[in-house]
Amino acid sequence: MNKAADLVEESRDDGGKVIRLSGTWSIACLNDMPNRLDAISGPVACIDVADIDHMDTIGAWTIHRTVKRLETEVSGGSTDCKRLIGAVGKIDEPVDIRPTYVSPFNRVLGQIGEAVINSVNTLVGLLGFFGGVLVTVWGLIRHPSRFRINAVVQRFEVVGVSALGIIGLMSFLIGIVIAQQGAVQLRQFGMEMLTINLVGRLTFRELGVLMTAIMVAGRSGSAFAAQLGTMKLTEEVDAMRTIGVSPMEALVLPRTLAVVVMMPLLGFYSSIIAIIGGGFLCAVSLDIPPITFVQRLREVVPIHDLWVGLIKAPVFGLIIGISGCFQGMQVKANAEEVGLRTTAAVVQAIFLVIVLDAFFAVFFTWVGWN
Amino acid sequence: MTANERQAKEERIERAVASDDIAISVRGLKNSFGDQTVHENLDLDVRKGEILGVVGGSGTGKSVLMRSIIGLQVPDEGEVHVFGEDMVGRLDDDEALAIRKRWGVLFQGGALFSTLTVAENVEVPIREYYPNIGPVLRDEIAAYKIRMTGLPPEAGPKYPAELSGGMKKRAGLARALALDPDLLFLDEPTAGLDPIGAAAFDDQTRKLQETLGLTVFLITHDLDTLYSICDRVAVLADKKVIAVGTIDELLALDHPWIQEYFNGPRGRAATAAVSRERGKAAAEKQADGRQ
Repeated sequence: MNKAADLVEESRDDGGKVIRLSGTWSIACLNDMPNRLDAISGPVACIDVADIDHMDTIGAWTIHRTVKRLETEVSGGSTDCKRLIGAVGKIDEPVDIRPTYVSPFNRVLGQIGEAVINSVNTLVGLLGFFGGVLVTVWGLIRHPSRFRINAVVQRFEVVGVSALGIIGLMSFLIGIVIAQQGAVQLRQFGMEMLTINLVGRLTFRELGVLMTAIMVAGRSGSAFAAQLGTMKLTEEVDAMRTIGVSPMEALVLPRTLAVVVMMPLLGFYSSIIAIIGGGFLCAVSLDIPPITFVQRLREVVPIHDLWVGLIKAPVFGLIIGISGCFQGMQVKANAEEVGLRTTAAVVQAIFLVIVLDAFFAVFFTWVGWN
Repeated sequence: MTANERQAKEERIERAVASDDIAISVRGLKNSFGDQTVHENLDLDVRKGEILGVVGGSGTGKSVLMRSIIGLQVPDEGEVHVFGEDMVGRLDDDEALAIRKRWGVLFQGGALFSTLTVAENVEVPIREYYPNIGPVLRDEIAAYKIRMTGLPPEAGPKYPAELSGGMKKRAGLARALALDPDLLFLDEPTAGLDPIGAAAFDDQTRKLQETLGLTVFLITHDLDTLYSICDRVAVLADKKVIAVGTIDELLALDHPWIQEYFNGPRGRAATAAVSRERGKAAAEKQADGRQ
C-alpha cells in the first residue's frame, strides 16, 4: 500500500526553517498530519513538497491552509502537486456550514411564538378546509354527475371492511375488561346483575364509538395524511389541478365521505361485539346465561343510548377525515414533513374527538337522554 | 452452461481481474424482477482514468447496472469486480469498506439527506470514514468541495428543500467527491438542467476528471454530454452491452438502435455542434499560426 504521509522540520543554514513533506498526502493516509501541521509555528521559509508521491485535493488543502497561515510558500514538487494546490487555493472562500447560530433564549422564545402562530394558522386552515369541503359538497349536489362513486366505494372497503377484524378483536377484549372490572366492584354490593347495565350502556353511549374513532384515526386518518402528503410531494396533486380535476373532489371528499359513512357502521359493530364480549364473560365467570343477559339488556338499555352513539359517530368521522386530508395537503417541502404531518393528523383527530365527546356528553344530558 | 463455456467465462474473469488498468469488470451479469429479465449475460469493462458513457433506451436497466456495480442490487447471476475486488452483495461487508471509500455516487435526484444542510451533507462521508479529520478542517474541506462543484458560497447553510434541481445535482456531486474518490458514478447528471447549466456541469466533470485522474461511470441520455466529455460509450440494448467504443467506432457498427440513436435528428444536431466547435478551434489555430 501507499506510504503514509510524513513531515520533517529542518533548519537551513541561513536560519530559515523548512518543512519537508513526504509520502502519500491523501485522505486515507493523512492520519495526524493536519494536527502536526497546525502545531508548527512560524516563521517558515518554505514547505518542500518534492518528496510527495501522491496527493489528492484534501492533502492539497491541508498544505494550502498551512501555507496561508504561516505566510510562506511551496517549493519543489511535480507540476501535478503544484497545480492541485493552486486549484484548491483558487476556490478558497469562506462558506457557511450551518444556519447562523441563535442563542438558546431567543430560540426558545422564537419556538414558542412559532408554535402559537402555527396553532392559530392550523385552526384557521382547518376551518377553511372544512369550508372548502362544504363548498365541494354543494357543488356536487348541484352537479351530481361529477360525484366519484367508485372512489368512495373503494374507500369504503379500505376504511370500513378492512378494519372489521382489528376493531372486532379490540371491542371484544374491551367488553370483557369492562365486564370483569365492573363485576369485581359490583360484587361488593351483591349487585353483579348490574354488570349488564354497565356493559350495555357504556359501550353503546361512549366506548364503542370512541374506541372505533381512535382506531380509525390511527388506521385511516394517518393513511390519508401520508397518501395526500406523498402525492403533494410528487406533484401529483398539482398535475391533477392542471388537468382540471379538483383534488377536493377527487381525493378529499371520497375519503372524508367514506369515514363519515363508515364510522356509524363500525361504531355500531364495535358496540355489539363489545357486548358479546361482556356477555361472554358474564356467562363464563358470573354464571349469567346468555338468554338472561340479552333479556336484561333489553330492559336496561334505552333506545336513545343507541342514538347517542350513532349521532356522535359521523361527526367523529368528519373530524378524522378532515384533519387527515388537511394535514396531508399541507405537505410542501420534503419526505420528513410527510411523517410529521401524519403524526399531527392522528394526534389532532384524537384530541378533537375526545374534546367533542365531552361536549356531546354535556349536550345529551341537557336534552334529557341520560 | 456447458463446462467449456464455464471455463471460458472463468478465464475471461481472471484476465479482467488480473489486468491492472481495469477499474470495473462485470461478467455474465443477470438481473431480473419477477418475470422480467433486465440483464442477461452482460459483460462490461471500465478502464481506469476514462469517462465511460452508458446509454440505452428507457427501461434497458442503466440504473440497475449501476446499482449492481455498487452493490445496492444483488444480481441473480454474474460477477462484479471493482478494483479487482469481488463486490456482489457486499455493500454492508466491512472488508469491502476499503473499496467503498474509493468511490462516490451521484444519484439521479441528488439523494441529499433532507435534514442536513448542503455543507453537512458533504461532511457526512468524511465524518463516517475519517473521524481523524477534525471539525475545523472538515468544515474547510466541505467549503472548498462546494466551491469546486461550482455552487455559490451561500448554498452551504441551505437545506436541500431550498435548492433548485441543478443546485441539488451539484451538491450531490460535492458529496460524491467528498473523499476524493478514484471512481465516480453519475446517474443522469445533466437531466433536467438547462443547456448552459448542463454544459457547465459537463465542463466541471471533465475538469475534475483531469485534475483528480478520476474514472467516471456516467449514465446519460444527453448526446451533448456523450460527444463532449466521454472517452468511450457503452450501449445497453437487448439485455446486454451490445457495443463499447468511441462514438466514431460505434457509428461504424451496423446496429439499428445505435444508428437511430446517433443518426437521429438530435444525434445529428449534436454531431454538427461538435464539428462546428472543432472547425472554430482549427480556424483559430490557423489564424494564430499566421500572426
